[in-house]
Amino acid sequence: MAGNLTAVRPGWKERALLSLAGTAIFFGLWQILAISALVSKFVLPSPAEVVIAGLTMTAEPFAGATIQGHVLASLGRWAMGFGLAAGIGIPLGLAMGYWRLLDAIVSPIFEGYRYIAPLAWVPFAALWFGTGIGGPVMVIFTGAFAPCVINAYRGAHLVEAHLTEAARTLGAGGMRVMAEVLLPGALPSVVSGLRVSAGLGWQSLIGAELIVVSSGIGYVLVQGQSNLAPEIVIAAMLAVGLTGLLIDVALRFVESRIRQRWGQTA
Amino acid sequence: MKPRTLIGLATILVLLLGWYLATDLAGLIDRQRFPSPGDIMAAGSQIINRGYAGGTLLTQALYSLRLVVLGFLVAGVTGVPLGLMMGLSRRFEALVNPAFLLVRPIPPLAWIPLAIVWLGLADSAKILVIWFAAFVPAVINSYTGIRNVDQTLVAAARVHGASAGRVFWDVLIPGSIPMIFTGLRLSLQASWTTLVAAELVGAVFGLGKVLSTAYRDIYPAMIAVGMITVAVLGAVTTKILAIVERRVIRWRET
Repeated sequence: MAGNLTAVRPGWKERALLSLAGTAIFFGLWQILAISALVSKFVLPSPAEVVIAGLTMTAEPFAGATIQGHVLASLGRWAMGFGLAAGIGIPLGLAMGYWRLLDAIVSPIFEGYRYIAPLAWVPFAALWFGTGIGGPVMVIFTGAFAPCVINAYRGAHLVEAHLTEAARTLGAGGMRVMAEVLLPGALPSVVSGLRVSAGLGWQSLIGAELIVVSSGIGYVLVQGQSNLAPEIVIAAMLAVGLTGLLIDVALRFVESRIRQRWGQTA
Repeated sequence: MKPRTLIGLATILVLLLGWYLATDLAGLIDRQRFPSPGDIMAAGSQIINRGYAGGTLLTQALYSLRLVVLGFLVAGVTGVPLGLMMGLSRRFEALVNPAFLLVRPIPPLAWIPLAIVWLGLADSAKILVIWFAAFVPAVINSYTGIRNVDQTLVAAARVHGASAGRVFWDVLIPGSIPMIFTGLRLSLQASWTTLVAAELVGAVFGLGKVLSTAYRDIYPAMIAVGMITVAVLGAVTTKILAIVERRVIRWRET
């Protein structure tokens, strides 16, 4: 059975039908569960109720702002934390790929840091930088930092040694080698790292907003939960997912453009 | 010892010494915000011997560890077969994919409030959230693993008269094992992150409870103890998974 199945390639029509059926089953089951008396409305609202809750929030403020307002507040924090992580992580990774001594000094600290779950930084972030802007930005930073460093480091190793040697022979200093040889060479790898870290940063931000912050889309989730309004919670979850997806699609686009221009290395 | 290891060790020693000098000895840094090594030792011995936030370090750590292991196992047991089935049958993939694509972009942490609405602060709520978090990497990597098995091998086995079942167990599964374990490693990481977040949002016991209580008490040394414990447990469980992987591969080869 198993071996045969891999060989079967159903046509696109059949696949499209099956996908449609899958979608219908998913929403159908959800709808039936919601309108049957099996589970209460305070546990599982119907898909329609979720859509209505979402649309209502675009017009009427909930927990201090409309849903767009909350998403924008979260996105602003995310952009700051992500920008910091990229701005520090990429140069650090490149420099570690270039200077062995720096690599040997930073690596053990970095390895230890990687094992700390980003969300475990929330208490310190709140204690050191408060719960307004600084704390959440630090949590995003801790979530997004590692992939930036690792991919820049790997990318720098992919750059052929004779290129950096040639640049050095021609009199380029360490900084110029990094900016003009290593960075362009490592760019495809760096951009993949940025995509991973964008996702992790977004996810960490949601965590931070759930725990300590009192605005943003994560806060809508918490407020919906304490109001026992699962339709608001689910609508906010969809907003979170959609925003994350848009970030990812945008970065994928950038990634494919850069790969086209700067070549093959992964 | 290699010079690289020596430099690494030296760095850590210098950092620890500098930290000790700046906090315990010279008092340059405000210890209300940044704990000193001495403070952390004291907090560590307090929670180990007398307990903090309702239990000793051992009971709190075991409690969290149990939730992670349970959630991770549920995710592995459901996610890996689902991924393999999606990889095997394009029909099944087409059927399941829409629901999967809809759920996948939602960060696991965003499920926490819904889990609390559904199940309250009970253990089951945490296990549910960990399951969601660990499920996606397990599915995706098992799927990729079985899809990327060399088709020549499958054809060769079939030409030699292997039944579909034998092709599955002796060719497809061994070929996908490395990817399956890559997925499980990511799942395990996701499990720890999610557990910490879920326990910080609301818990009656566990390491996240230690962290949130320490935060409320403004007790930075205890926050550090909680973080270190989470990191060590994460490292140890990852190591155990790597050992299991090596065992499985060796067993498969003989």
